[in-house]
Amino acid sequence: MRKIWWKILCIAIIFYVIVMGIMGPVPHLAIINESIRNTYYHVALWLAMTTLLFASMVFSIRYLSSGRINDDDIASELAKSAIFFGILGCLTGSVWANYTWGDPWPNDPKLNGAAVGILIYLAYLLLRSSFEDEQRKARISSVYNIFAFAVFIPIIYILPRLTDSLHPGSGGNSTFGSYDFNNDIRKVFYPAIIGYILLGLWLAELRVRIKRINRVREEKLVSTSRI
Amino acid sequence: MRQILQIRTRFIISLSLYVVFLQCERNPTSRGFDLVSTITELQANSRLPVILNEIKTLIWKEVTLEWRQKYALSGMLLYVVSTVFVCYLSFNLRRNQLTPIVWNTLFWIIILFTAVNAIAKSFSQERFGRLLYYYNLCSPQAIIISKIVYNSLIMLLLSGFGFVFYAFVMGNPVGDMGLYLICILLAAIGFASVLTLVAGIASKADNSATLMAVLSFPIILPMLLMTIRLAKNALDGLDWSVSSDEITTLLSIDLIVITLSYLLFPYLWRS
Repeated sequence: MRKIWWKILCIAIIFYVIVMGIMGPVPHLAIINESIRNTYYHVALWLAMTTLLFASMVFSIRYLSSGRINDDDIASELAKSAIFFGILGCLTGSVWANYTWGDPWPNDPKLNGAAVGILIYLAYLLLRSSFEDEQRKARISSVYNIFAFAVFIPIIYILPRLTDSLHPGSGGNSTFGSYDFNNDIRKVFYPAIIGYILLGLWLAELRVRIKRINRVREEKLVSTSRI
Repeated sequence: MRQILQIRTRFIISLSLYVVFLQCERNPTSRGFDLVSTITELQANSRLPVILNEIKTLIWKEVTLEWRQKYALSGMLLYVVSTVFVCYLSFNLRRNQLTPIVWNTLFWIIILFTAVNAIAKSFSQERFGRLLYYYNLCSPQAIIISKIVYNSLIMLLLSGFGFVFYAFVMGNPVGDMGLYLICILLAAIGFASVLTLVAGIASKADNSATLMAVLSFPIILPMLLMTIRLAKNALDGLDWSVSSDEITTLLSIDLIVITLSYLLFPYLWRS
C-alpha cells in the first residue's frame, strides 16, 4: 500500500491527457489543423524517453561508483522502458507525418537520428545478453550505457539542428515555443510529459521487482540444493 | 543560427573540461578548482610526467610489437588495396556514373570498414596473461590513451595510403586538397578514439566480432555523417569558413569521446 499515490497520480494524469488531448481546445493553424493534438503524444513521448534515458545513465554512474547490482537492474529496466517509449514515439510521429508531410518516413535527419538512437540502445540490450557473469555484465554494460547517452544527445538534439530538418527548431525553423504554443496546449502538454515519465517509472519498477524476486528465488534454490 | 551553435560547442567543451576537473578533484592531493593551482599541483605531484612516460613507453611497445609481426599491418594495407580495387572493378562498367558524391561516400565507407577491422584486434590480439602483466605495471588511463594514440597513427597511415591509392585508381575530383587532408586527419583520430573504447568493451564478451560491428556502427554514425559532409565541402572546393561548423563539431565530438574513454576505461579494465 505504501507509495501508491504516484501511481494513482499517473493514472489520473494519463486519463486527463487522453480526454483533454482529444476534446480540449487547440489553436487553429493552417495545414496542421487539428493534428496539432499529436504534440501531446509524439513530442511528450520523446521528452519522457530522453528523461528516462538520462535517469538510466545516472543509475549506471551510481553503479560504477558504488558497485551495487540493484542500480544496474534499475538502469537496464529504465533503458528498456525508454526504448518502448521511443518506438511508440516513432509510430505516432510517422502516423502524423503520413498526413501532414505526405510520407510516413520522410528523409529527415531527426528521424534518421531517432532510428540510430534506438539502434544504439538495442545494441545495449544485445551487449547485456552476451554475458553470463552478473557483475561483469553490469559493469561493462554500464560503461556502454554512459557512452551511448553521450552519443545519443548529439544525434537527436544537436546534429539535426545543423542541417535542414522538417522538425521545429532545426535548420532555421522556429521552435515550438515561439508562436504556436498557447496556454491551451501548455495545460495538457506539461502534464502529459510528467504522466509519461511516471508511467515509464512504473513499468521499470515492476520489472525491477520481478528481477529481484527471481534473484532471491534462484539464491534460495542454490542454497537448498547445496544442503 | 551559427551563434547558437558556437555557444553550444563552447558549452560542450567547458563541460568536458569540468569533468576532467572533477576527476582531478577526486585525487586527494589536488584540491580546488583554480586552473593554475590545479596544474601546478599536478606538476608538483609529478603524476602527469609519469603518465606521459608510461604512454610513451606503451606506444613504443605497440610499435615494436607491430613491427615484429608484420603480417597484421601488411594485412590491413592489403585489405584497403583489395577493397578499393573491388570497388574500381565494380564501377568499371559505368565509369561516368561515378559522381563526386558517390566517390566520396564510397571512400568513407571503405575507411569505416578498414577502421573497424583494424581496431577490433587492438585488445584481442594480446594474450590474457600479458594484458594482466601490463595492468599491473601501469595505470589504466595510460593504457587507453596510448591505445588511442597508436590507433590514430595506424588509422592515419591506413587512410592516407587508402586515399592515395583510391585517388590513383578512381580519379581525383578533390577541389581543396588541404581541407580534405584535414578531414582525413580528424576522421582518423575520431574513428580511432570511438572504436578503441568499443573494442575494449567488445573484447570482454564472447562473440566479439559481431558485437564490435553492432556496437560501433550506430555510435560512429554521427561522426561519419559529419566527416562526409566536411569532405563534400572540400570536394567542391568551398571556402573554409563554410565548413568551420563541421570542423568544430567534429573536434568537440572527438573531445567528448576521448574524455569519456579516459574516465570510463578504468572501470572496464577492472573486470
